[in-house]
Amino acid sequence: MKKGASTLAMLLTFISAIGQNAEMADQFRSSGKIYVVVGVVVLIFAVLFAYLLYMDYRLRKIEKEVDEK
Amino acid sequence: MKKLPLSFKIITIILVFYTLTAGLLIDVPALNILNETIRNLFFHVTSWFSMVFLFLASFVYSIKHLRSGSEKDDLLARLFVQVGMVFGTAGMVTGMLWANFTWGSYWVPDPKLNGAAIAMLAYLAYAVLRNSFQDNIQRGKVSAVYNIFAFVMMILFVFILPRMTDSLHPGNGGNPAFSGYDLDNTMRMVFYPATIGWIFLGLWITELRFRMETIKQRMK
Repeated sequence: MKKGASTLAMLLTFISAIGQNAEMADQFRSSGKIYVVVGVVVLIFAVLFAYLLYMDYRLRKIEKEVDEK
Repeated sequence: MKKLPLSFKIITIILVFYTLTAGLLIDVPALNILNETIRNLFFHVTSWFSMVFLFLASFVYSIKHLRSGSEKDDLLARLFVQVGMVFGTAGMVTGMLWANFTWGSYWVPDPKLNGAAIAMLAYLAYAVLRNSFQDNIQRGKVSAVYNIFAFVMMILFVFILPRMTDSLHPGNGGNPAFSGYDLDNTMRMVFYPATIGWIFLGLWITELRFRMETIKQRMK
């Protein structure tokens, strides 16, 4: 039964893939607002990476201090 | 593991930002059920790939530790598992979210999902095993042997068994894999850099952890 269900799901996905009229976020893209999302994501990751680099820098300072001792 | 150069870290940042922007903006095939969620390929799948790579690194360092007995190799094996688990958890949580919207439930009885869960538990057991030793040498040896076993289990449960039965995941049980309908050439242009980017990020975080642990030991 389970096997049959997953085979059916598989088949449906495959058939619908040929259909190719799936709903996409076209309107959101044409109105340009997807760039807002990209902007938010980029900002968040920029902060995260800045923090990662800062940790790297702090660690290097500690390493230097220990080396000098 | 040598200290990673700054250029490596800059490449990581470039690759990840490329993934985030191109991953959301490029044209993807319009497929029913999946719709825009097909973009999860750049984030969910690559997260798992990063975990597999980190576990592979841990596996290599465990073998190295058995050959050399060096504490450094044992430490690296441990840290690679720890960071790998972070990426694995991310892969699992994002996968559950994705499954809820495409397969209709947070968890479906799919061999790949259950296999991934078993693999994660096997690595969780590695952490438990490590903590159950008093003696460093014994801990290193036994954990290294177990880690080799855990890696083989992971490959078996995540990559081999799901291929032998029906699975909802692409590339398993007769489903077309990446070469099929779901990964066209524009998606490849993001997918491969994304995979490298997330793997590099994992290596970078592991390097930071390694340096922290090394400093801690030197301060004693």
